[in-house]
Amino acid sequence: MTFEVTTTHYLVLSFLLFTIGVFGIVARKNMITVLMSIELVLNSVNLNLIAFSYQLSDLTGQIFAVFTITVAAGEAAVGLGILIALYRLRETTTLDRAVELKG
Amino acid sequence: MDFLTAHGADVLFYLFALLALAGAMGVVSMRNPMYGAISLLLTFLAVAALFLLRGAEFVGIVQIFVYGGGIMVLFLFVIMLVNLHRLPEIKLFGGQSPFAAVLAVLLLAFFGWFFLQVKFGPSLTRPEVFVTARGETLGNSQAVAWGLYTQQLLPFEIASVFLLIAMVGAVVLGRKQ
Repeated sequence: MTFEVTTTHYLVLSFLLFTIGVFGIVARKNMITVLMSIELVLNSVNLNLIAFSYQLSDLTGQIFAVFTITVAAGEAAVGLGILIALYRLRETTTLDRAVELKG
Repeated sequence: MDFLTAHGADVLFYLFALLALAGAMGVVSMRNPMYGAISLLLTFLAVAALFLLRGAEFVGIVQIFVYGGGIMVLFLFVIMLVNLHRLPEIKLFGGQSPFAAVLAVLLLAFFGWFFLQVKFGPSLTRPEVFVTARGETLGNSQAVAWGLYTQQLLPFEIASVFLLIAMVGAVVLGRKQ
């Protein structure tokens, strides 16, 4: 039966999440939302890794997904630290106001 | 009932895939970041369920702990720290949103073309039971830990140093001047 979920289903879902995340990163102006969109993209990458780990019956994908989660945690901590620093400086979280280098 | 017994995992995949996509749409479209963060939590939990459906129990639980617990609390704290009262005056999407839409359409076109070319068949074997070189059978968490502490030991140690650096960086950035 064609109803069965295959690796391709996972890849399509992962690519849809990736595209939504990239759109959020480029289009949104609020830095909090941009950071959340980056988390979406990292999640879609993990979905790919897990799907191929199952497809190939190889655990390396799952181990690599653990490393991706580690990097995502560090990225969130540093990104939100930068956000707090920007908020102290500018009283806003809008990225358009972070124009210190612009003449 | 027979249908659910035979295709329960597939039905669950579609359910959680829809939830994940709905959460992702919520993240990019909600004006209030608090609603966006709750949508993001929905996506995290749905993706964790999808990991479980693919036999990655350890990664699924780590996803709930680290994303649903740690990162989500971090986001909620920061949203509460910054003053969001002036948000309604700000435009939701910047002037670059046409470029973002073009980029998204290009990505979708590329991936659509890709999936018309490539077909992945059924998986090779069901990786439910792992056997070590000494003939022991391991569960998923044990098997992942086995790989982490043997083959991937160097990346594992680098990850710990990375986390230390990230922690120091976040503390320095967040400190009062």
